[in-house]
Amino acid sequence: MKLFLILLSAMLINNYVFIRFLGICPFLGVSKRVSTALGMGVAVIFVLVMSSAISWLLDLLLIALKLEFLRTIVFILVIATFVQFVEMFLKKNNPTLYEALGIYLPLITTNCIILGIAIVNSLSKYNLLEAIFNSLGAGVGFLIALIIFATIRERMELYDIPKPFQNLPISMITASLLSLAFMGFQGMIK
Amino acid sequence: MASKLSEFTKGIIKENPTYVQVLGMCPTLATTTSAKNGFGMGIAATVVLVMSNVVISAIRKTVPEKIRIPIFITVIATFVTIVDLLMHAFTYDLWKTLGLFIPLIVVNCIIMGRAEAYASKHGIVNSLLDGLGMGVGFTLSLTLLGSIRELLGNGTVFDVNVWGKAFNMFVMILPPGAYLTLGLLAALFAAIAINKEEKAKKQAQVSQTQKAGDVK
Repeated sequence: MKLFLILLSAMLINNYVFIRFLGICPFLGVSKRVSTALGMGVAVIFVLVMSSAISWLLDLLLIALKLEFLRTIVFILVIATFVQFVEMFLKKNNPTLYEALGIYLPLITTNCIILGIAIVNSLSKYNLLEAIFNSLGAGVGFLIALIIFATIRERMELYDIPKPFQNLPISMITASLLSLAFMGFQGMIK
Repeated sequence: MASKLSEFTKGIIKENPTYVQVLGMCPTLATTTSAKNGFGMGIAATVVLVMSNVVISAIRKTVPEKIRIPIFITVIATFVTIVDLLMHAFTYDLWKTLGLFIPLIVVNCIIMGRAEAYASKHGIVNSLLDGLGMGVGFTLSLTLLGSIRELLGNGTVFDVNVWGKAFNMFVMILPPGAYLTLGLLAALFAAIAINKEEKAKKQAQVSQTQKAGDVK
């Protein structure tokens, strides 16, 4: 039951994009088409779950050695290396998937949701299973947010928007309304 | 000297990292619940930006091209850890409110962006000024955003009472307010830029017709 609550909370109630502001750069950058949004979302879920499991194991080591202050450095390096490794592995073993995720993989290194979740897992003292569920929820939440937003933006291109509001400002205001909608989930679990 | 000065000032308005380049959105949205938090975040990012720009510029000739990104990240992460520990020691309350977003300075696109686009190609002094200018621009944007949200949501600016409880929209401090305020501010800056452009165009037209008249 606790696992389900963690999953639901990361996915909807504390949606990492709309409520906790992680991963805004790719959220604004690759949300112009639904197909690219889907590719990015899936790539993020995959890397997020794997990297949070790895960083959870590393965190054990850091705590055992009393080197917690090195957490940021160790995590970011591991994530960057892991993304590189995934890229090389996919290129060699699964070219179709590599083609599909291709350009999104390197972008993920600088996606703050990956490092953010690794640190959140470590700070909330989750066990391995809880950490994996939390990152899975966060990834799915990111995918949901990205797809909703991309759908709206595809339609928005057809409308006559006042010049100063074009591009970024109108996207921000749309995100504001979506964030307001997601706040409606708050209080669902108490 | 003038060029040195422009290295510093370009980050404040012309290439403002938040409103013009749209970089570093996560901390911008998340930490501007009040003017003080926005200012604190801005200063923390500025310190990291300046230090990492200087170090990266100093080692730029010895770093092999292919592994420069991991090296830059290590340098940045080191300074972020230093700032994190310093803030924990000296500004505990601010450290607690900013929380997760201090370690996340590592993945702030502004810092990596400046390292890659500027510091890895320019001298130490220029990189220092560039980092300082971008940092000040970032801090000003964050403080502006934080002040507006704090004023509308809580009736205060930097904890100084402006109109108290008379006119409060609590939603401005909540996540939707962050997106809304940033969207409206970005629209305002875009409107100013468009206005300027049109004026310049009109003036160009006027001077052109004048010239044509002179010829006749």
